[in-house]
Amino acid sequence: MTRARTISEKILSAKSGIDAAAGDVVDCAVDLVLGTDASAPMAIDYFRRMEGDRLFDPARVLFSLDHYSPPNTPATRGFHAEVRDFAHRHGATVLDVGDGISHQVAAERGLVQQGDLVVGADSHTVTCGALGAFAIGVGSSELAAAMITGRVWLRVPETIAVVLRGSLAAGVAAKDAALALVAELGAEGANYKSIEFCGPAVGDFSVEERFVFSNLAVEGGAKTAIWPVDAATREYLRTRAAMRGDAATSDAGARVVREIVLDLSAIAPRVAVPHSPNSVVDVGAIAGTPIQMVFIGTCTGGRVSDFHEALAVLERAGGRIAAGVTLVATPASREVHDRLVADGTLARLEAIGAIVTTAGCGACCGTSGVIPGDGMNVLSTANRNFKARMGNATASIYLASPAACALAAATGRITDPREVVG
Amino acid sequence: MPPHIAGRARLLGDDVNTDYIITSKRKRDTLDEQILKRYLFETIDPAFAASVQPGDVLVAGRNFGCGSAMEIAATVILAAGVRAVLAKSFARSFYRNAINNGLLPIECDTNGVAEGDRIVVMLDHAVLTAENETRGETLVRVEVPALVDEILSAGGLVEHVRRRRG
Ligand code: SF4
Repeated sequence: MTRARTISEKILSAKSGIDAAAGDVVDCAVDLVLGTDASAPMAIDYFRRMEGDRLFDPARVLFSLDHYSPPNTPATRGFHAEVRDFAHRHGATVLDVGDGISHQVAAERGLVQQGDLVVGADSHTVTCGALGAFAIGVGSSELAAAMITGRVWLRVPETIAVVLRGSLAAGVAAKDAALALVAELGAEGANYKSIEFCGPAVGDFSVEERFVFSNLAVEGGAKTAIWPVDAATREYLRTRAAMRGDAATSDAGARVVREIVLDLSAIAPRVAVPHSPNSVVDVGAIAGTPIQMVFIGTCTGGRVSDFHEALAVLERAGGRIAAGVTLVATPASREVHDRLVADGTLARLEAIGAIVTTAGCGACCGTSGVIPGDGMNVLSTANRNFKARMGNATASIYLASPAACALAAATGRITDPREVVG
Repeated sequence: MPPHIAGRARLLGDDVNTDYIITSKRKRDTLDEQILKRYLFETIDPAFAASVQPGDVLVAGRNFGCGSAMEIAATVILAAGVRAVLAKSFARSFYRNAINNGLLPIECDTNGVAEGDRIVVMLDHAVLTAENETRGETLVRVEVPALVDEILSAGGLVEHVRRRRG
């Protein structure tokens, strides 16, 4: 009998051609390489210094102009020109301004599938783990090395099993459960480690919700955060790409270093308070905190279901934005944008007074879009609330579910979203 | 290669994320580390950039370099003349980025180090040593994994990839 193995061990064994166990350092073949306008300019510089002359496989290299979307300084315009020019010369695909966030679009286009090894020069590349891939964030030099060689060296991570049980109450979102997980892990609880989701409630989560968990796992330090492949994964991919590859499953008895049981039934709406995504409280503890800016968007909370939820809550709460509140809505991708245009969601949000901005990262890290004013409190669907994250060091950023964000836009205060359950 | 680094300890706390090392906002204007180094740690210690000296060694708490994987966080530190970071632990992406650029990330207990202590770091035959000369203490002495030593000995990933391909 062969040794019981985790999903990470199986994928990295397949990619390295070695029967690899946690702790081994292996040289792996990469399926997809992602760069962004924030990381690719430096990677292009490393590419030259490494004397790279071509990409290992142009069809497997994707650059996304998402962080500066649109560019608002001469330098960022220059970064875009440089990335476009490089991609054009080497035959790689560019996702241009407004096409969306790199890992979101890679998933939407069916470029990421079960069992793949995805290397992205963006920490939230891990989001793609929702589709059963081993997806990791790297820096620009490793991006360049992977662009040239199609390979990356990796230490096979130990695995933390996150067991999902019970079911979320009405008004409680995947974001709340993911924030609970991040708080449980602390900022480095999963450092160097892989998270694998399992348990009886796994099948209750849509792929969009799985993205939220995998995305936020990075705030616990996780190297990767993988979901098992099931009917929901196959349905997500069905309309997007031909299925390929084998779904890796974790063997019974595979070694895990820690098991975290999340009892979903016991989770209340959560809010991460300034200035760390690991400082998480129940919404009741800070209800009433005045809010001057609400941001709905990003690779955590900028998908179709997030905007549907936000609009529904806003309408149930009176269909108006409270005086003194700026509501900014930024779809994570063009696909999200187009679907929200087609079903009227964006028009209704704009009619209420929301500022709808170009698809991409938007206001998430202060590189593009609306910047909070001095001393403002912001409630956001994003994943990070470090000081100065949104471009103003005097602002205080709180993180919550799309429903809680939308309700705060309507009331001007942090409010328990269970108060307006539909 | 950096076999020998000696300089003052510059203390930092726990969970210093890459946005605190250099804010994303500054990256909108330039990627030139020689300019960006003026804003090193500006969010958490506005006086730091003006006081940093070549040879200084950063001494931090837990989880140094967490958050974004942006590599410029490592290269801006190098541009400021810092060639080693001591911390109780590192976030994985920063750890890799540091090695890939020839910045030494050294995991050790940093509790006993005071601001300004003289720190000496050596990498010799794949053995990494860090000493607190002021207090006459060896902070750590470890063997470095072969692949990591190869990259560090090449001065970073650039030269390493060139050698492997050449
Ligand atoms: S939306 Fe925010 S967290 Fe996601 S990739 Fe963009 S900047 Fe990073």
